[in-house]
Amino acid sequence: MPRFAVCVFPGSNCEEDVKYALENVLGEPTDLVWHKETSLEGYDAVILPGGFAHGDYLRPGALARFSPIMEPIREMAEQGKPVIGICNGFQMLQEAGLLEGAMLRNRTLTYICRYVDLRVEHRDSPLTTTLEQGEVLRIPIGHADGNYYADKETLDALEKKDQVLFRYVEDVNGAQRKIAGIRNERGNVVGLMPHPDRCYEPDLGTDDGRKVFESLVAWTKEHG
Amino acid sequence: MAELEEALLAHNLTREEYDRIVEKLEREPNENELGMFSVMWSEHCSYKSSRVHLRRLPTRGPRVLQGPGENAGVVDIGHGLAAVFKIESHNHPSFIEPFQGAATGVGGIIRDIFTMGARPIALMNSLRFGPLSIQKNRSILTGVAAGIASYGNSMGIPTVGGEVSFEDGYSLNPLVNAFCLGIAPKDRIFLARAEGEGNPVFYVGAKTGKDGIHGATMASSEFDEAAEEKRPTVQVGDPFLEKLLLEACLELMATDALVAIQDMGAAGLTCAASEMGSRGGTGIAIDLDKVPQRERGMTAYEILLSESQERMLLVARAGREAEVERIFQKWDLDASAIGSVTTDGLLRVFSRGRVVAEVPARALADEGPVYERPLARPSYLDRLEDVRLDDLEEPRDLEATLAAMLESHGVASKHWIFEQYDHMVRSNTIVLPGGDAGCVRIKIKGGTPMALAMCLDGNGRYSYLDPYLGGALAVAEGCRNLAAVGATPIGATNCLNFGNPEKPETMWQFSNVIDGMKDACEHFQVPVTGGNVSFYNETEGEGIFPTPVVGLVGVLEDHRLRVTHNFKEPGDLIFLLGATSEEIGGSEYLKVVHGRVDGKPPRLDLEVESSVQDLLRRAAARGLLRSAHDLSDGGLGVALAESLFGPLGETMGASVALETRRRAEAVLFSEGQSRILVSVAPREAGELEQLADDTGVALSRLGVTGGDRLEIRVNGERTISKTVASLREAWWTAIERGLDS
Repeated sequence: MPRFAVCVFPGSNCEEDVKYALENVLGEPTDLVWHKETSLEGYDAVILPGGFAHGDYLRPGALARFSPIMEPIREMAEQGKPVIGICNGFQMLQEAGLLEGAMLRNRTLTYICRYVDLRVEHRDSPLTTTLEQGEVLRIPIGHADGNYYADKETLDALEKKDQVLFRYVEDVNGAQRKIAGIRNERGNVVGLMPHPDRCYEPDLGTDDGRKVFESLVAWTKEHG
Repeated sequence: MAELEEALLAHNLTREEYDRIVEKLEREPNENELGMFSVMWSEHCSYKSSRVHLRRLPTRGPRVLQGPGENAGVVDIGHGLAAVFKIESHNHPSFIEPFQGAATGVGGIIRDIFTMGARPIALMNSLRFGPLSIQKNRSILTGVAAGIASYGNSMGIPTVGGEVSFEDGYSLNPLVNAFCLGIAPKDRIFLARAEGEGNPVFYVGAKTGKDGIHGATMASSEFDEAAEEKRPTVQVGDPFLEKLLLEACLELMATDALVAIQDMGAAGLTCAASEMGSRGGTGIAIDLDKVPQRERGMTAYEILLSESQERMLLVARAGREAEVERIFQKWDLDASAIGSVTTDGLLRVFSRGRVVAEVPARALADEGPVYERPLARPSYLDRLEDVRLDDLEEPRDLEATLAAMLESHGVASKHWIFEQYDHMVRSNTIVLPGGDAGCVRIKIKGGTPMALAMCLDGNGRYSYLDPYLGGALAVAEGCRNLAAVGATPIGATNCLNFGNPEKPETMWQFSNVIDGMKDACEHFQVPVTGGNVSFYNETEGEGIFPTPVVGLVGVLEDHRLRVTHNFKEPGDLIFLLGATSEEIGGSEYLKVVHGRVDGKPPRLDLEVESSVQDLLRRAAARGLLRSAHDLSDGGLGVALAESLFGPLGETMGASVALETRRRAEAVLFSEGQSRILVSVAPREAGELEQLADDTGVALSRLGVTGGDRLEIRVNGERTISKTVASLREAWWTAIERGLDS
């Protein structure tokens, strides 16, 4: 049975939601791991949750990349294990150089919290392997800096290598090419701005987030 | 002598108050002591004008674990858990510096909650602004919304509800009332009582700076045109630091090393130390040299009165110091032992080896002046006219009237504001914003999650036109909102926003509002467990409408039974619970269409109100209701339109037929109370009718859901036929358009 780690940085605030979705909803053993830890020995996948790590000071994710836990995270990425960044976690992975691009302030210059529609672009990743290509999921966003930016060459390369996994159906924050989630070239490192950890049961609006976590579990079991 | 007068003026103290200080000390106070008394005896901290009236409110009940007097009220919610909640105003700072004023208002109320040992799980806010046609009001709204978002979002606490309204009187006095609710094991509530001689007193959190000195005094006087010069009295918030403080304090509370804890809010260190000593019946000795300071050369006076944010004072058990330090170190926070608990009842302050203040803690915290200020019925009440539809010009086009109502900023969708708030973090929000009440589920070990519902209500127009009724209606509407989601009210907190208490007219309004709240709270058996009074909401002599805001908290044993406001399925039957009569006084219709705030607010029959709410809860508990929506601002017409709009953008049309013996506006826009719009599946209609029969509640079948239009016939005549899309557009975009203008 795979074991999941959810990293907790000072200022993180979605760690419990991710843990609940994995452990209580899907029954997968999941631990919270403090950012000062230096090992992720024994874990098959790691999730960097949303929030405001280090207060978003300097830039979202900019200080978190210096946390001790980032070293074993990098090692897991190199070993081909799933490394998942949600929202602030996605920003951290960009700052750490594990994913391409940067997040600009939303075009509205405000924080935006609401449900949006996402289209699944490719299945070859831990978060999409059990989804259908072209499937539309309704999952909420909650961010002030989710306006995905990269230069044209990078964007073209991402598209060409099928690295764009999720796209907003409508423009919500100004993101280039409506990008909501990407993977690295190898496919095991994924960043997603919307929050599947906020919609894993119908009582919360939708349970489309559950499908994303089910994919993560399936992929981890298959590749573990 | 002239020197003393100047000092008293600067400290906003009267000569009588000074004499009282001398009597308590049995000597003249020094400058530090004068400063300490001035903040502790300010209206903001001492409730000297309101205390005699607040005593009339009911504060006890079988569920109440802690009533007024601590940092927040505590109510038993079963399953070994307690809900800890309170509302507080940050009006004055939010006018002077909207972003920081609102942000630190949120930060302050959150500290009040976790100080009690509770994990904060929900925020709400009640906001009042002047009309958006004025540029200054647009910038205040924008700043306030961004400030609330910045603080609440960073703390990881969802903002699940609230209210926003607009009236001329709030232009120079916007109201920002912030509510927070937390959950704690009911046997692990922490109080602010310093006990145990020799126990160490720790200062934890942010360093002390020169910000916010005399903030409490600033909030206890009127503004003039130089208000912006008071900007240095507004504190600057750091939500990241408070998030660390929250986690560190909760971690410490899980040990038994902690004796007492209190946050440093208004009046800072002085308030925290004197209140903890006074409540514990002890004294406290502190050394200011050990207080972490942000800048060099701060005087004792400044350190004692600073309102720097994100600071707590705590008393630990002697011998457990290392444990306290280790926990705060983990979260990269300062924890400095700055003194200890004594038995002499004195707050004794050292600086550079000398005693710089020595005051009985009780004198500061509990022996301030209490005023029975004179009351006088305001003369404007005699000039109000009874408003009847027959005396008003008849609108030519009721479709246009409905659209105008939907885009009036008081009624229009507030999504531009609440989408800036994280309302989903913690993944327990089971009613999205825009519903009748916020609702969060509480996971129970080994059981079905329960839910807590909460809402903020208050209508400044009603309270202005009839303060007693305004107070009662705020409570009634709050209870009704809770009933609309299926919940039973268990406790209330109030935020009372008024003008200058030295004016007998203001105090008359205050006293009457309290009486109205008291009668309604007693009727619904809802204890008031705490709250806040904000006086001096006046600028250049112009006061606000008296604005009581009531925060109500209710329980729902099974979260799955909660009801939401929007129509769900085509072919469902639409019913109105409660009877409609012509009630146009103080209404949104009278204001929006005829430009008047006049008349008598709607009547309230508490017995009828209870039976409607009981019926609603019984129907919800049986799962009969597809939707339920309270009729409030804008009456049935607006409630029907709002029921067409779902929280995820989904829509549903409806077709209804209404009857009235008066003009159509009477049935469309009357704000008659005790009414709820519900929809049910056709097969459930019989059971609902039977329930209404049993409980004696008037029930009328209005029509059916479905299609993509809202069709309203009045007395058989087609009055309104609009597409849902066009109505939604008017309602959805109005605030944004107002801000862009």
